[in-house]
Amino acid sequence: MRRFFLIAVPYAWLLALFLIPFFIVFKISLSDLALSIPPYTPTMKDGFGQMIKAFDFENFVFLTTDDLYWKAYLSSLKIALISTVLALLVGYPMAYGMARAPEEWRPTLMMLVILPFWTSFLIRVYAWVGILSNEGFLNQFLLWTGLISAPLTIMNTTTAVYIGIVYTYLPFMILPIYAALDRLDESLIEAAEDLGCSRIKAFWLVTIPLSRNGIIAGCFLVFIPALGEFVIPSLLGGSGTLMIGKVLFEEFFNNRDWPVASAVAVILLLILIVPIILFQRNQQRQAEAET
Amino acid sequence: MRRTSWFNVTSLTLGFAFLYLPMVLLVIYSFNSSKLVTVWAGFSTKWYGELVQNDAFLDAAMVTLKVAVASSTLATILGTMAAYVLVRGGRFLGRTLFSGMIYAPLVMPEVITGLSLLLLFIGIGLDRGVLTIVLAHTTFSMCYVSVVVSSRLVSFDRSLEEAALDLGCSPFDAFRLVTLPIIAPAVISGWLLAFTLSLDDLVIASFTTGPSSTTLPIKIWSAVRLGVSPEINALSTLMIGIVTVGVISASLISKRNAVKAQQDMQAAERGAT
Repeated sequence: MRRFFLIAVPYAWLLALFLIPFFIVFKISLSDLALSIPPYTPTMKDGFGQMIKAFDFENFVFLTTDDLYWKAYLSSLKIALISTVLALLVGYPMAYGMARAPEEWRPTLMMLVILPFWTSFLIRVYAWVGILSNEGFLNQFLLWTGLISAPLTIMNTTTAVYIGIVYTYLPFMILPIYAALDRLDESLIEAAEDLGCSRIKAFWLVTIPLSRNGIIAGCFLVFIPALGEFVIPSLLGGSGTLMIGKVLFEEFFNNRDWPVASAVAVILLLILIVPIILFQRNQQRQAEAET
Repeated sequence: MRRTSWFNVTSLTLGFAFLYLPMVLLVIYSFNSSKLVTVWAGFSTKWYGELVQNDAFLDAAMVTLKVAVASSTLATILGTMAAYVLVRGGRFLGRTLFSGMIYAPLVMPEVITGLSLLLLFIGIGLDRGVLTIVLAHTTFSMCYVSVVVSSRLVSFDRSLEEAALDLGCSPFDAFRLVTLPIIAPAVISGWLLAFTLSLDDLVIASFTTGPSSTTLPIKIWSAVRLGVSPEINALSTLMIGIVTVGVISASLISKRNAVKAQQDMQAAERGAT
């Protein structure tokens, strides 16, 4: 009895507030826009049979005809992919440096990576507005050094979005790679060097393959949330960037078109299923390797 | 002894400069007396004064705190139950679905979670306000809590629980007297994680809030869309300060506890010999 209660309470909560809402999104994506409250038709009030009959895929057809949407999906994929690569290029040397740092320094370095996690995401993105704007710190600095003669336009471009994503998701990249490198058996690298590998060759042939699971986990942890990102493209990208999270938000709040917003959400979810399953597999493999 | 090469030192220095410089600039310029945020015009704390007098921000901060305390407490209870079920529950009908529902919210885009919850709340005719934000925040943060707690439960020596049961504890007493004290650090960090996630959330709160309840992130969002403002810089500095003090003192306390536990162990060993 007690066991039943223990399972049933969290189970019922997640069913009601996680799973059922998805079916509602799916249902509304098949409905039509209407000038009523709620602003779509048909609803449950029309009877279940009527409701099923009135369903159609015209919102999905609409998404394929208006090129705003598929452009937004493609540009989200591109931005998420490039940001992930950039985050890896910045994050890997940092994780490597941390794993090679003296033992007594490592807890402090670790805390320095985790601290931004606990700081407000919104504030960290906002901090870049003052740096990247036309009269911001970066342009002031570059003008002062004489490297440029006119301010660079970075705000409201895709470049600003890359910087924002790399900045906010960098800890997600560093931590799994650091965990993999920290476990790495140093004597394997020494063995490679003893057997005639140069340090760089040993790095490519031993260190990189052995930290592979960390690299994969880090890349997914950056790529998956970046794909549906809303705050960073809205604040730093402005009208200059198109990302699907932003399109969904605006479709819902500005155009009040709930059925189309729901259809956008359904497709985003379908795109995300592949990387999510690959990520879960990687995590499972890693867990099995540890035991 | 590991080698500390110039390459490692440089990459760490540049990397941490990248992580911290934006926040340092934000903190410094919150003490700028000029309204022009990127031009330094002398030290002043006037923006803090204006912030304290701004009732809209204070109200939003109160709403946010209420939501965060309520949702993180609920999430900790539900998440700990879920973790216990996942690690100790054995087989039951729909276990795969259950673990899927625990892990999926961790990677779900916020816009989708927010949209789906809003459509649910409208569908069942629940008035949007503090209650709906609490329900929404509890749902996604209980998954984080359960991941943190279950990783602790996995590494936990099960024979301790069995010993308590053999010595006549009821299963509930065994949980209360043996399991809970051992997993307590994970439960506490789960609560803290849920609390900060709730404090921080903009997107899900925007979807699930009603006209009467504005949280701090929503308030900050509507201000920063208009550009950089010194008042927001002051507010950010306060928030960064609170988090920094909190995280550093938490890590110092856990370090001291670890040292103390080690000393106790040594004392016990000396006593035994």
